[in-house]
Amino acid sequence: MRPGLAQDIFDLTSEHLVLVLTAMVIACAIGVPMGILLTRRAAWRTPVLGIANILQTIPSLALFGFLIPLPFIGGIGPRTAVVALVIYALLPILRNTLAGILGVDAAVRESATAMGMTPAQILRQVELPLASRTILAGIRIATVTTIGTATIAAAIGGGGLGVFIFRGVASVDTVQILAGAVPAALIALISDGGLGWLERKLAT
Amino acid sequence: MLHFSRVSYRVNGREILRDLSFEVDQGQTLVLLGRSGSGKTTALKMVNALLTPSSGEVLVEGRATSAWNPIELRRRIGYVIQETGLFPHFTVAANVGVVPRLNGWPEEKIAARVDQLLTRVGLPPGDFGSRYPRELSGGQRQRVGVARALAADPPILLFDEPFGALDPVTRHEVRREFTALARDLGKTTLFVTHDVREALELGDRIGLLAGGRLEELLPADEFKRAQSPEAQAFLACLADP
Repeated sequence: MRPGLAQDIFDLTSEHLVLVLTAMVIACAIGVPMGILLTRRAAWRTPVLGIANILQTIPSLALFGFLIPLPFIGGIGPRTAVVALVIYALLPILRNTLAGILGVDAAVRESATAMGMTPAQILRQVELPLASRTILAGIRIATVTTIGTATIAAAIGGGGLGVFIFRGVASVDTVQILAGAVPAALIALISDGGLGWLERKLAT
Repeated sequence: MLHFSRVSYRVNGREILRDLSFEVDQGQTLVLLGRSGSGKTTALKMVNALLTPSSGEVLVEGRATSAWNPIELRRRIGYVIQETGLFPHFTVAANVGVVPRLNGWPEEKIAARVDQLLTRVGLPPGDFGSRYPRELSGGQRQRVGVARALAADPPILLFDEPFGALDPVTRHEVRREFTALARDLGKTTLFVTHDVREALELGDRIGLLAGGRLEELLPADEFKRAQSPEAQAFLACLADP
């Protein structure tokens, strides 16, 4: 192991975590409210989910590339990377929020209404708690995917563990590739385990 | 107290209720009897503004449901349905306390009320208060449903085949307890069922619905002598053991 590798791993892992966390916070802040909105606007479901689906199918490297020439959200660097990661994370969060809330037993919702709960009270006290497991499952899938996809951020100067991987591929250096891939895999496994544990805790 | 005035309800051109008129006086129980699809549940849901009449109006305490604030109206009406609609993530005690809590009662008062009601429906609060609905039998869940509907002492109660999913023995038991309870409380009650025995046992009056129309509206003791074909069809069920 060359000197300084450990320090590099630490630095790039931190960068990676910041990328993923930023993207996930933004994706949740957009995806959960939007999912809730879709439960109230049936007509918007197909178009919105359709768009999210199409965005999801764009190959990730291409999406990063497409974003570079765009003003404000584009350019070279981590900001563009976060935008791309948010776009990818959106669909599972959106879809699971929608499915979780629509999956609440109709009799439960009806009796909540009949007891004189306001729509906001139904959302906060009934729908969100009962949908929380499904919503969290969506966040978990999105997080694990984002951790992997974030390695491609290095291609547009976004930093993170992908820096090792691209460098390793370019110089045919397996150690470098592993220095990027192994920590990324570990982060993914730990996040998956942690969020999975939280999901089971929420089981009612 | 409760007044249906020429109420009709149409969905996609199909008439579910036609020109329905009846009254339920203070403290009386009216049973709406009918087959599946006769419109009885639809009629019930108009009282607490879950549905709005296409024409005509439903008056609650002299005021049309369309003129009430629906939230305020619903908090004055207890509602019990077959599937119970208990909140699966709330304990039994929390379920019973929902409406008092919405009304901003202090916690001690809610706790006392919950204990009182659980005792009243035959579920010792020390035993059952902290359980979740999934840990109860069907009959116990239904009792919690009744306790929840009574919690804030609403003047009006609506029941939609509350005992329909229970086995015959439990059904008989719960119904008998319920009859006693209803008499004691003197609530104005609208009760929907397809069971003619239940109707005769619980109703002060019986309204027979068929195809969205009120075929009969009679005191319970006169219903046995009703002559219309639909009434005869229901009364024929009594002959079965």
